[in-house]
Amino acid sequence: MDELTGQSVETVGYLSMFNGDILALIGTSFNLSLWSTSIAALIAFPLGVFIGLSEFKGRRTVDIILNTLLFLPTVVVGHLVYMALTREGFLGDFQLLFTRPAIIIGQVILATPIILTMVSNTVRLADRRIIPTALSMGASRIRAYLLLLGEVRALVVLSLLAACGRVISEVGVSMMLGGNIFGKTRTITTGIALLTSQGEFAQATVLGLVLLVIVFGINIVVYQATHRVSA
Amino acid sequence: MMIPTVFQRVIFFTLVIMVLCSATGGCSKSIDSDSKTPVDTAGGRVTIKLATTTSLDNSGLLAHILPDFTEETGIEVDIIAVGTGKALELGRAGDVDVLLVHAPDAEREFISEGYGLDRYYVAQNEFVIVGPFADPAGVGESSGIVDAFGKIHDTEAVFISRGDQSGTHKRELIIWDEAGLDPEGAWYIEVGQGMGAVLTMASELEAYALSDIGTFFSMEDHLDLVIVHSCDELLENIYSVIPLNAELFPNLKHEQVAVLIEWLTGPVCGDLINRYEVNGHRLFDVR
Repeated sequence: MDELTGQSVETVGYLSMFNGDILALIGTSFNLSLWSTSIAALIAFPLGVFIGLSEFKGRRTVDIILNTLLFLPTVVVGHLVYMALTREGFLGDFQLLFTRPAIIIGQVILATPIILTMVSNTVRLADRRIIPTALSMGASRIRAYLLLLGEVRALVVLSLLAACGRVISEVGVSMMLGGNIFGKTRTITTGIALLTSQGEFAQATVLGLVLLVIVFGINIVVYQATHRVSA
Repeated sequence: MMIPTVFQRVIFFTLVIMVLCSATGGCSKSIDSDSKTPVDTAGGRVTIKLATTTSLDNSGLLAHILPDFTEETGIEVDIIAVGTGKALELGRAGDVDVLLVHAPDAEREFISEGYGLDRYYVAQNEFVIVGPFADPAGVGESSGIVDAFGKIHDTEAVFISRGDQSGTHKRELIIWDEAGLDPEGAWYIEVGQGMGAVLTMASELEAYALSDIGTFFSMEDHLDLVIVHSCDELLENIYSVIPLNAELFPNLKHEQVAVLIEWLTGPVCGDLINRYEVNGHRLFDVR
Protein backbone atom coordinates (compact mmCIF):
# COMPACT_ATOMS: atom_id res chain seq x y z
CA MET A 1 0.00 0.00 0.00
CA ASP A 2 2.79 2.34 0.97
CA GLU A 3 4.48 1.48 -2.25
CA LEU A 4 1.32 2.28 -4.20
CA THR A 5 0.68 5.58 -2.44
CA GLY A 6 4.29 6.53 -2.81
CA GLN A 7 4.15 5.73 -6.46
CA SER A 8 1.01 7.73 -7.13
CA VAL A 9 2.43 10.71 -5.30
CA GLU A 10 5.54 10.38 -7.40
CA THR A 11 3.38 10.00 -10.51
CA VAL A 12 1.58 13.23 -9.81
CA GLY A 13 4.98 14.81 -9.36
CA TYR A 14 6.07 13.65 -12.76
CA LEU A 15 2.84 14.77 -14.35
CA SER A 16 3.40 18.27 -13.05
CA MET A 17 6.88 18.34 -14.55
CA PHE A 18 5.39 17.46 -17.90
CA ASN A 19 8.55 18.61 -19.51
CA GLY A 20 10.12 18.82 -22.91
CA ASP A 21 11.62 15.37 -22.54
CA ILE A 22 8.27 13.67 -22.36
CA LEU A 23 6.87 15.88 -25.10
CA ALA A 24 9.76 14.88 -27.35
CA LEU A 25 8.95 11.19 -26.92
CA ILE A 26 5.27 11.75 -27.59
CA GLY A 27 6.08 13.87 -30.66
CA THR A 28 8.41 11.19 -31.99
CA SER A 29 5.88 8.40 -31.46
CA PHE A 30 3.05 10.21 -33.19
CA ASN A 31 5.18 11.55 -35.99
CA LEU A 32 6.46 8.06 -36.79
CA SER A 33 3.07 6.36 -36.53
CA LEU A 34 1.40 8.90 -38.76
CA TRP A 35 4.07 8.63 -41.41
CA SER A 36 4.04 4.83 -41.30
CA THR A 37 0.25 4.57 -41.35
CA SER A 38 -0.06 7.10 -44.17
CA ILE A 39 2.54 5.40 -46.34
CA ALA A 40 1.02 2.01 -45.58
CA ALA A 41 -2.40 3.38 -46.57
CA LEU A 42 -1.03 4.71 -49.86
CA ILE A 43 0.25 1.22 -50.62
CA ALA A 44 -2.67 -0.73 -49.22
CA PHE A 45 -5.68 1.23 -50.51
CA PRO A 46 -5.10 0.65 -54.24
CA LEU A 47 -3.86 -2.88 -53.68
CA GLY A 48 -6.76 -3.65 -51.36
CA VAL A 49 -9.33 -2.38 -53.85
CA PHE A 50 -7.65 -4.41 -56.57
CA ILE A 51 -7.55 -7.62 -54.55
CA GLY A 52 -11.08 -7.06 -53.26
CA LEU A 53 -12.63 -6.44 -56.66
CA SER A 54 -10.82 -8.90 -58.87
CA GLU A 55 -11.38 -12.59 -59.16
CA PHE A 56 -8.14 -14.30 -59.96
CA LYS A 57 -6.54 -17.67 -59.55
CA GLY A 58 -4.67 -18.04 -56.33
CA ARG A 59 -6.59 -15.40 -54.47
CA ARG A 60 -7.07 -17.81 -51.62
CA THR A 61 -3.29 -18.10 -51.40
CA VAL A 62 -2.98 -14.32 -51.35
CA ASP A 63 -5.55 -14.17 -48.55
CA ILE A 64 -3.73 -16.76 -46.49
CA ILE A 65 -0.39 -15.02 -46.97
CA LEU A 66 -1.91 -11.67 -46.01
CA ASN A 67 -3.51 -13.15 -42.91
CA THR A 68 -0.19 -14.70 -41.97
CA LEU A 69 1.54 -11.35 -42.30
CA LEU A 70 -0.83 -9.99 -39.66
CA PHE A 71 1.03 -12.15 -37.18
CA LEU A 72 4.52 -10.98 -38.10
CA PRO A 73 6.43 -10.46 -34.85
CA THR A 74 7.84 -6.97 -34.70
CA VAL A 75 11.31 -8.25 -33.84
CA VAL A 76 11.33 -10.41 -36.98
CA VAL A 77 10.54 -7.36 -39.10
CA GLY A 78 13.12 -5.41 -37.13
CA HIS A 79 15.73 -8.06 -37.75
CA LEU A 80 15.02 -8.40 -41.49
CA VAL A 81 15.02 -4.66 -42.11
CA TYR A 82 18.19 -4.36 -40.01
CA MET A 83 19.88 -6.89 -42.30
CA ALA A 84 18.88 -4.78 -45.29
CA LEU A 85 19.91 -1.44 -43.80
CA THR A 86 23.22 -2.33 -42.18
CA ARG A 87 26.16 -0.97 -44.13
CA GLU A 88 26.81 -4.41 -45.59
CA GLY A 89 23.14 -4.88 -46.47
CA PHE A 90 21.69 -4.21 -49.90
CA LEU A 91 20.30 -0.85 -48.78
CA GLY A 92 23.39 -0.06 -46.70
CA ASP A 93 24.54 2.78 -48.92
CA PHE A 94 21.65 4.94 -47.78
CA GLN A 95 22.96 4.91 -44.19
CA LEU A 96 19.49 4.70 -42.75
CA LEU A 97 20.16 2.46 -39.76
CA PHE A 98 19.36 4.18 -36.44
CA THR A 99 17.32 6.94 -38.06
CA ARG A 100 13.63 7.68 -38.19
CA PRO A 101 13.22 6.55 -41.80
CA ALA A 102 14.52 3.13 -40.71
CA ILE A 103 11.73 2.85 -38.15
CA ILE A 104 9.18 4.02 -40.68
CA ILE A 105 10.26 1.32 -43.14
CA GLY A 106 9.78 -1.36 -40.49
CA GLN A 107 6.46 0.05 -39.33
CA VAL A 108 5.12 0.29 -42.88
CA ILE A 109 5.81 -3.43 -43.21
CA LEU A 110 3.83 -4.02 -40.03
CA ALA A 111 0.95 -1.72 -40.95
CA THR A 112 0.40 -2.53 -44.62
CA PRO A 113 -0.97 -6.08 -44.18
CA ILE A 114 -3.50 -4.85 -41.63
CA ILE A 115 -4.95 -2.16 -43.89
CA LEU A 116 -4.68 -4.42 -46.92
CA THR A 117 -6.58 -7.29 -45.32
CA MET A 118 -9.31 -5.11 -43.93
CA VAL A 119 -9.76 -3.01 -47.07
CA SER A 120 -9.78 -5.97 -49.46
CA ASN A 121 -12.29 -7.90 -47.37
CA THR A 122 -14.48 -4.86 -46.94
CA VAL A 123 -14.42 -4.05 -50.64
CA ARG A 124 -15.24 -7.66 -51.48
CA LEU A 125 -18.43 -7.44 -49.46
CA ALA A 126 -19.37 -3.92 -50.51
CA ASP A 127 -22.04 -3.07 -53.02
CA ARG A 128 -19.91 -2.56 -56.09
CA ARG A 129 -22.69 -1.32 -58.36
CA ILE A 130 -21.57 2.14 -57.35
CA ILE A 131 -18.62 1.82 -59.73
CA PRO A 132 -20.51 1.45 -63.04
CA THR A 133 -22.98 4.04 -61.79
CA ALA A 134 -20.26 6.55 -61.05
CA LEU A 135 -18.49 5.80 -64.33
CA SER A 136 -21.70 6.32 -66.29
CA MET A 137 -22.06 9.70 -64.63
CA GLY A 138 -18.65 10.66 -65.99
CA ALA A 139 -16.52 10.09 -62.91
CA SER A 140 -12.95 8.97 -63.39
CA ARG A 141 -12.03 5.42 -62.45
CA ILE A 142 -10.00 6.61 -59.45
CA ARG A 143 -12.94 8.72 -58.31
CA ALA A 144 -15.22 5.70 -58.66
CA TYR A 145 -12.93 3.61 -56.46
CA LEU A 146 -12.76 6.39 -53.90
CA LEU A 147 -16.55 6.46 -53.85
CA LEU A 148 -16.58 2.73 -53.26
CA LEU A 149 -14.19 3.17 -50.34
CA GLY A 150 -16.41 5.99 -49.12
CA GLU A 151 -19.34 3.60 -48.99
CA VAL A 152 -17.45 1.46 -46.49
CA ARG A 153 -15.62 4.32 -44.79
CA ALA A 154 -16.29 3.19 -41.26
CA LEU A 155 -14.36 -0.02 -41.83
CA VAL A 156 -11.67 1.75 -43.83
CA VAL A 157 -11.12 4.20 -40.98
CA LEU A 158 -11.11 1.28 -38.58
CA SER A 159 -8.33 -0.32 -40.62
CA LEU A 160 -6.29 2.87 -40.33
CA LEU A 161 -6.84 2.95 -36.57
CA ALA A 162 -5.90 -0.70 -36.24
CA ALA A 163 -2.71 -0.09 -38.22
CA CYS A 164 -1.87 3.01 -36.24
CA GLY A 165 -2.51 1.11 -33.03
CA ARG A 166 -0.13 -1.63 -34.07
CA VAL A 167 2.73 0.70 -34.93
CA ILE A 168 2.40 3.12 -32.03
CA SER A 169 2.42 0.26 -29.54
CA GLU A 170 5.28 -1.76 -30.99
CA VAL A 171 8.72 -1.83 -29.42
CA GLY A 172 10.74 -4.29 -31.52
CA VAL A 173 11.08 -2.31 -34.73
CA SER A 174 11.64 1.03 -33.01
CA MET A 175 14.28 -0.38 -30.69
CA MET A 176 16.22 -2.41 -33.24
CA LEU A 177 16.10 0.02 -36.16
CA GLY A 178 15.99 3.30 -34.27
CA GLY A 179 18.55 2.55 -31.57
CA ASN A 180 16.50 4.38 -28.91
CA ILE A 181 18.39 7.65 -29.49
CA PHE A 182 17.05 10.33 -27.20
CA GLY A 183 15.34 13.18 -29.03
CA LYS A 184 15.38 11.33 -32.32
CA THR A 185 14.29 7.74 -32.27
CA ARG A 186 13.25 7.26 -28.67
CA THR A 187 9.50 6.69 -28.75
CA ILE A 188 6.98 6.35 -25.96
CA THR A 189 7.30 2.58 -26.01
CA THR A 190 11.09 2.32 -26.17
CA GLY A 191 11.19 5.05 -23.54
CA ILE A 192 8.98 2.95 -21.27
CA ALA A 193 11.18 -0.09 -21.88
CA LEU A 194 14.26 1.91 -20.87
CA LEU A 195 12.63 3.52 -17.83
CA THR A 196 11.36 0.17 -16.58
CA SER A 197 14.81 -1.35 -16.98
CA GLN A 198 16.18 1.46 -14.85
CA GLY A 199 13.59 1.04 -12.15
CA GLU A 200 11.92 4.38 -12.96
CA PHE A 201 8.48 2.84 -12.65
CA ALA A 202 6.56 6.02 -11.89
CA GLN A 203 7.79 7.81 -14.99
CA ALA A 204 7.14 4.72 -17.11
CA THR A 205 3.58 4.61 -15.78
CA VAL A 206 3.06 8.24 -16.68
CA LEU A 207 4.27 7.70 -20.23
CA GLY A 208 1.96 4.71 -20.64
CA LEU A 209 -1.00 6.73 -19.37
CA VAL A 210 -0.13 9.66 -21.61
CA LEU A 211 -0.13 7.34 -24.61
CA LEU A 212 -3.54 5.94 -23.70
CA VAL A 213 -5.08 9.34 -23.05
CA ILE A 214 -3.89 10.75 -26.37
CA VAL A 215 -5.09 7.72 -28.31
CA PHE A 216 -8.43 7.94 -26.51
CA GLY A 217 -8.74 11.56 -27.62
CA ILE A 218 -7.94 10.70 -31.21
CA ASN A 219 -10.53 7.95 -31.18
CA ILE A 220 -13.19 10.35 -29.96
CA VAL A 221 -12.42 12.74 -32.80
CA VAL A 222 -12.33 10.01 -35.43
CA TYR A 223 -15.50 8.43 -34.11
CA GLN A 224 -17.33 11.72 -34.27
CA ALA A 225 -16.03 12.49 -37.74
CA THR A 226 -17.07 9.09 -39.10
CA HIS A 227 -20.43 8.93 -37.46
CA ARG A 228 -21.56 12.46 -38.10
CA VAL A 229 -21.09 11.89 -41.80
CA SER A 230 -22.87 8.56 -41.92
CA ALA A 231 -25.79 9.81 -39.86
CA MET B 1 -21.93 14.35 -55.96
CA MET B 2 -21.46 12.45 -52.75
CA ILE B 3 -17.91 13.03 -51.66
CA PRO B 4 -16.64 10.92 -48.76
CA THR B 5 -15.91 13.87 -46.53
CA VAL B 6 -14.75 11.56 -43.79
CA PHE B 7 -11.58 11.02 -45.77
CA GLN B 8 -10.99 14.69 -46.11
CA ARG B 9 -11.47 15.03 -42.41
CA VAL B 10 -9.17 12.18 -41.52
CA ILE B 11 -6.54 13.31 -43.98
CA PHE B 12 -6.80 16.87 -42.79
CA PHE B 13 -6.53 15.71 -39.20
CA THR B 14 -3.51 13.59 -40.06
CA LEU B 15 -1.78 16.47 -41.79
CA VAL B 16 -2.43 18.81 -38.88
CA ILE B 17 -0.91 16.30 -36.45
CA MET B 18 2.08 15.78 -38.71
CA VAL B 19 2.71 19.49 -38.92
CA LEU B 20 2.32 19.82 -35.16
CA CYS B 21 4.72 16.98 -34.57
CA SER B 22 7.27 18.41 -36.93
CA ALA B 23 6.91 21.78 -35.29
CA THR B 24 7.97 20.59 -31.85
CA GLY B 25 11.63 21.40 -31.52
CA GLY B 26 13.19 17.97 -31.19
CA CYS B 27 11.31 16.50 -34.08
CA SER B 28 12.00 19.04 -36.77
CA LYS B 29 15.65 19.12 -35.89
CA SER B 30 16.00 15.38 -36.20
CA ILE B 31 14.24 15.21 -39.53
CA ASP B 32 16.84 17.59 -40.91
CA SER B 33 19.75 15.75 -39.41
CA ASP B 34 18.42 12.39 -40.55
CA SER B 35 19.23 13.35 -44.13
CA LYS B 36 21.18 10.71 -45.94
CA THR B 37 24.15 12.78 -46.92
CA PRO B 38 26.86 13.02 -44.30
CA VAL B 39 28.00 16.33 -45.79
CA ASP B 40 27.47 19.39 -43.69
CA THR B 41 24.78 21.51 -45.24
CA ALA B 42 25.24 25.24 -44.88
CA GLY B 43 24.72 26.15 -41.25
CA GLY B 44 23.41 22.66 -40.46
CA ARG B 45 24.86 20.39 -37.84
CA VAL B 46 26.68 17.18 -38.54
CA THR B 47 25.57 14.21 -36.53
CA ILE B 48 27.83 11.32 -35.65
CA LYS B 49 26.71 8.00 -34.25
CA LEU B 50 28.38 6.81 -31.08
CA ALA B 51 27.88 3.20 -30.05
CA THR B 52 28.47 2.86 -26.35
CA THR B 53 27.77 0.75 -23.33
CA THR B 54 24.53 0.87 -21.41
CA SER B 55 26.52 1.77 -18.30
CA LEU B 56 27.65 5.16 -19.65
CA ASP B 57 24.20 6.03 -20.92
CA ASN B 58 22.12 4.65 -18.02
CA SER B 59 24.30 6.49 -15.51
CA GLY B 60 23.49 9.78 -17.21
CA LEU B 61 27.13 10.69 -17.86
CA LEU B 62 26.82 11.18 -21.61
CA ALA B 63 23.73 13.33 -21.25
CA HIS B 64 25.76 15.37 -18.76
CA ILE B 65 28.85 15.98 -20.90
CA LEU B 66 27.79 15.83 -24.56
CA PRO B 67 25.62 18.97 -24.71
CA ASP B 68 28.78 20.98 -23.94
CA PHE B 69 30.57 19.27 -26.78
CA THR B 70 27.74 19.99 -29.21
CA GLU B 71 27.61 23.59 -28.17
CA GLU B 72 31.35 24.02 -28.55
CA THR B 73 31.78 22.26 -31.88
CA GLY B 74 28.35 22.13 -33.51
CA ILE B 75 28.69 18.38 -33.83
CA GLU B 76 25.73 16.37 -32.61
CA VAL B 77 26.22 12.92 -31.16
CA ASP B 78 23.55 10.23 -31.46
CA ILE B 79 24.01 7.76 -28.63
CA ILE B 80 23.24 4.15 -29.36
CA ALA B 81 23.48 2.45 -26.00
CA VAL B 82 24.11 -1.27 -26.29
CA GLY B 83 26.52 -3.63 -24.59
CA THR B 84 30.20 -3.41 -25.49
CA GLY B 85 29.93 -6.66 -27.45
CA LYS B 86 27.15 -5.27 -29.61
CA ALA B 87 28.94 -1.92 -29.92
CA LEU B 88 32.02 -3.69 -31.29
CA GLU B 89 29.79 -5.58 -33.75
CA LEU B 90 28.28 -2.29 -34.91
CA GLY B 91 31.85 -1.07 -35.39
CA ARG B 92 32.82 -4.15 -37.39
CA ALA B 93 29.84 -3.52 -39.70
CA GLY B 94 30.64 0.20 -39.98
CA ASP B 95 27.13 1.07 -38.83
CA VAL B 96 28.36 3.71 -36.38
CA ASP B 97 31.13 6.31 -36.51
CA VAL B 98 32.89 5.77 -33.19
CA LEU B 99 32.86 3.50 -30.12
CA LEU B 100 33.07 4.23 -26.41
CA VAL B 101 33.49 0.90 -24.67
CA HIS B 102 34.97 -0.90 -21.68
CA ALA B 103 36.33 -4.36 -22.43
CA PRO B 104 40.11 -3.98 -22.89
CA ASP B 105 40.76 -7.51 -24.19
CA ALA B 106 37.94 -7.37 -26.73
CA GLU B 107 39.04 -3.86 -27.73
CA ARG B 108 42.60 -5.01 -28.41
CA GLU B 109 41.25 -7.84 -30.53
CA PHE B 110 39.04 -5.39 -32.42
CA ILE B 111 42.04 -3.20 -33.15
CA SER B 112 44.32 -6.07 -34.11
CA GLU B 113 41.68 -7.20 -36.60
CA GLY B 114 42.08 -3.82 -38.25
CA TYR B 115 38.59 -2.42 -37.61
CA GLY B 116 39.71 0.15 -35.08
CA LEU B 117 42.79 2.36 -35.07
CA ASP B 118 43.65 2.83 -31.43
CA ARG B 119 42.13 3.06 -27.94
CA TYR B 120 42.08 6.39 -26.11
CA TYR B 121 41.53 6.49 -22.36
CA VAL B 122 38.45 8.47 -21.35
CA ALA B 123 37.58 7.60 -17.76
CA GLN B 124 37.47 4.82 -15.26
CA ASN B 125 35.70 3.51 -12.21
CA GLU B 126 35.25 0.02 -10.86
CA PHE B 127 33.03 -2.98 -10.93
CA VAL B 128 31.36 -4.07 -7.71
CA ILE B 129 29.39 -7.06 -6.56
CA VAL B 130 25.97 -5.97 -5.41
CA GLY B 131 23.55 -8.14 -3.52
CA PRO B 132 20.75 -8.21 -0.96
CA PHE B 133 21.38 -6.46 2.34
CA ALA B 134 21.22 -9.78 4.23
CA ASP B 135 24.12 -11.09 2.12
CA PRO B 136 23.14 -14.79 2.44
CA ALA B 137 26.29 -16.03 0.74
CA GLY B 138 28.55 -14.03 3.06
CA VAL B 139 30.24 -12.29 0.16
CA GLY B 140 31.03 -9.33 2.38
CA GLU B 141 33.58 -11.39 4.36
CA SER B 142 35.47 -12.65 1.33
CA SER B 143 39.18 -11.98 0.98
CA GLY B 144 39.00 -10.99 -2.67
CA ILE B 145 36.88 -11.06 -5.77
CA VAL B 146 37.83 -14.62 -6.65
CA ASP B 147 36.90 -15.76 -3.15
CA ALA B 148 33.64 -13.79 -3.39
CA PHE B 149 32.65 -15.51 -6.61
CA GLY B 150 33.61 -18.83 -5.00
CA LYS B 151 31.23 -18.16 -2.10
CA ILE B 152 28.35 -17.37 -4.46
CA HIS B 153 29.13 -20.51 -6.43
CA ASP B 154 29.38 -22.75 -3.36
CA THR B 155 26.24 -21.49 -1.65
CA GLU B 156 24.40 -21.46 -4.97
CA ALA B 157 23.10 -18.01 -4.15
CA VAL B 158 21.11 -16.57 -7.06
CA PHE B 159 23.39 -14.62 -9.40
CA ILE B 160 22.15 -12.61 -12.35
CA SER B 161 24.49 -12.43 -15.29
CA ARG B 162 24.20 -9.92 -18.11
CA GLY B 163 24.75 -12.75 -20.59
CA ASP B 164 25.02 -10.25 -23.46
CA GLN B 165 28.77 -10.14 -24.23
CA SER B 166 28.87 -6.63 -22.77
CA GLY B 167 31.99 -5.30 -21.07
CA THR B 168 30.54 -6.15 -17.69
CA HIS B 169 29.62 -9.64 -18.82
CA LYS B 170 33.07 -10.25 -20.30
CA ARG B 171 34.62 -9.17 -17.01
CA GLU B 172 32.35 -11.49 -15.08
CA LEU B 173 33.45 -14.39 -17.28
CA ILE B 174 37.10 -13.48 -16.72
CA ILE B 175 36.55 -13.60 -12.96
CA TRP B 176 34.79 -17.00 -13.11
CA ASP B 177 37.73 -18.15 -15.18
CA GLU B 178 40.26 -16.82 -12.65
CA ALA B 179 38.32 -18.60 -9.92
CA GLY B 180 38.45 -21.81 -11.93
CA LEU B 181 34.71 -22.16 -11.65
CA ASP B 182 32.03 -22.97 -14.16
CA PRO B 183 28.84 -21.07 -13.30
CA GLU B 184 26.07 -23.52 -14.02
CA GLY B 185 22.82 -24.39 -12.36
CA ALA B 186 19.45 -22.96 -11.50
CA TRP B 187 21.09 -20.26 -9.34
CA TYR B 188 22.94 -18.74 -12.32
CA ILE B 189 20.55 -16.68 -14.43
CA GLU B 190 21.67 -15.24 -17.77
CA VAL B 191 19.24 -12.56 -18.87
CA GLY B 192 20.79 -10.93 -21.94
CA GLN B 193 19.79 -7.41 -20.94
CA GLY B 194 21.36 -4.07 -20.07
CA MET B 195 22.89 -3.13 -16.72
CA GLY B 196 19.81 -1.28 -15.50
CA ALA B 197 17.52 -4.21 -16.24
CA VAL B 198 19.88 -6.64 -14.52
CA LEU B 199 20.06 -4.52 -11.37
CA THR B 200 16.29 -4.18 -11.29
CA MET B 201 15.96 -7.95 -11.61
CA ALA B 202 18.59 -8.60 -8.96
CA SER B 203 16.70 -6.32 -6.62
CA GLU B 204 13.40 -8.09 -7.31
CA LEU B 205 14.90 -11.56 -6.94
CA GLU B 206 17.21 -10.73 -4.00
CA ALA B 207 20.12 -11.88 -6.11
CA TYR B 208 23.77 -10.97 -6.59
CA ALA B 209 25.11 -9.30 -9.71
CA LEU B 210 28.30 -7.75 -11.03
CA SER B 211 27.74 -4.10 -11.85
CA ASP B 212 29.73 -1.07 -12.80
CA ILE B 213 29.59 1.30 -9.88
CA GLY B 214 28.23 4.18 -12.00
CA THR B 215 25.01 2.48 -12.98
CA PHE B 216 24.54 1.14 -9.47
CA PHE B 217 24.86 4.54 -7.79
CA SER B 218 22.64 6.22 -10.37
CA MET B 219 19.87 3.70 -9.64
CA GLU B 220 20.51 3.10 -5.95
CA ASP B 221 17.24 4.75 -4.88
CA HIS B 222 15.19 2.23 -6.80
CA LEU B 223 17.08 -0.83 -5.63
CA ASP B 224 17.03 -3.02 -2.54
CA LEU B 225 20.70 -3.82 -3.08
CA VAL B 226 23.98 -2.89 -1.45
CA ILE B 227 27.58 -3.17 -2.52
CA VAL B 228 28.82 -6.35 -0.89
CA HIS B 229 32.29 -6.44 -2.39
CA SER B 230 34.53 -3.95 -4.14
CA CYS B 231 38.19 -2.94 -4.58
CA ASP B 232 40.18 -5.51 -6.46
CA GLU B 233 42.57 -5.33 -9.36
CA LEU B 234 40.23 -7.52 -11.35
CA LEU B 235 37.46 -4.99 -10.84
CA GLU B 236 39.15 -2.05 -12.53
CA ASN B 237 36.87 -0.64 -15.22
CA ILE B 238 38.39 1.50 -17.97
CA TYR B 239 36.38 3.26 -20.65
CA SER B 240 38.08 3.94 -23.97
CA VAL B 241 37.06 5.64 -27.17
CA ILE B 242 37.95 3.92 -30.44
CA PRO B 243 37.86 5.54 -33.89
CA LEU B 244 37.14 3.21 -36.80
CA ASN B 245 39.58 2.51 -39.61
CA ALA B 246 39.10 5.12 -42.35
CA GLU B 247 40.52 2.79 -44.98
CA LEU B 248 37.91 0.14 -44.24
CA PHE B 249 35.05 2.58 -43.82
CA PRO B 250 35.73 5.63 -45.99
CA ASN B 251 32.15 6.94 -45.69
CA LEU B 252 32.13 7.49 -41.94
CA LYS B 253 32.51 10.95 -40.42
CA HIS B 254 36.14 10.58 -39.38
CA GLU B 255 36.84 14.29 -39.28
CA GLN B 256 34.15 14.91 -36.65
CA VAL B 257 35.15 11.76 -34.79
CA ALA B 258 38.67 13.14 -34.43
CA VAL B 259 37.22 16.32 -32.92
CA LEU B 260 35.14 14.26 -30.50
CA ILE B 261 38.10 12.15 -29.41
CA GLU B 262 40.27 15.17 -28.83
CA TRP B 263 37.51 16.67 -26.69
CA LEU B 264 36.73 13.47 -24.76
CA THR B 265 40.38 13.00 -23.86
CA GLY B 266 40.96 16.67 -23.10
CA PRO B 267 40.96 18.55 -19.79
CA VAL B 268 37.55 20.23 -20.21
CA CYS B 269 35.75 16.94 -20.54
CA GLY B 270 37.91 15.34 -17.85
CA ASP B 271 36.81 18.07 -15.48
CA LEU B 272 33.16 17.58 -16.38
CA ILE B 273 33.44 13.83 -15.79
CA ASN B 274 35.23 14.27 -12.47
CA ARG B 275 32.58 16.66 -11.26
CA TYR B 276 29.66 14.46 -12.31
CA GLU B 277 27.75 13.31 -9.25
CA VAL B 278 24.59 11.32 -8.75
CA ASN B 279 23.00 11.00 -5.31
CA GLY B 280 26.15 12.51 -3.80
CA HIS B 281 28.49 9.93 -5.35
CA ARG B 282 31.12 10.66 -7.94
CA LEU B 283 30.62 8.01 -10.59
CA PHE B 284 33.72 8.29 -12.77
CA ASP B 285 37.36 9.19 -12.39
CA VAL B 286 39.70 10.64 -14.94
CA ARG B 287 43.34 10.07 -14.07
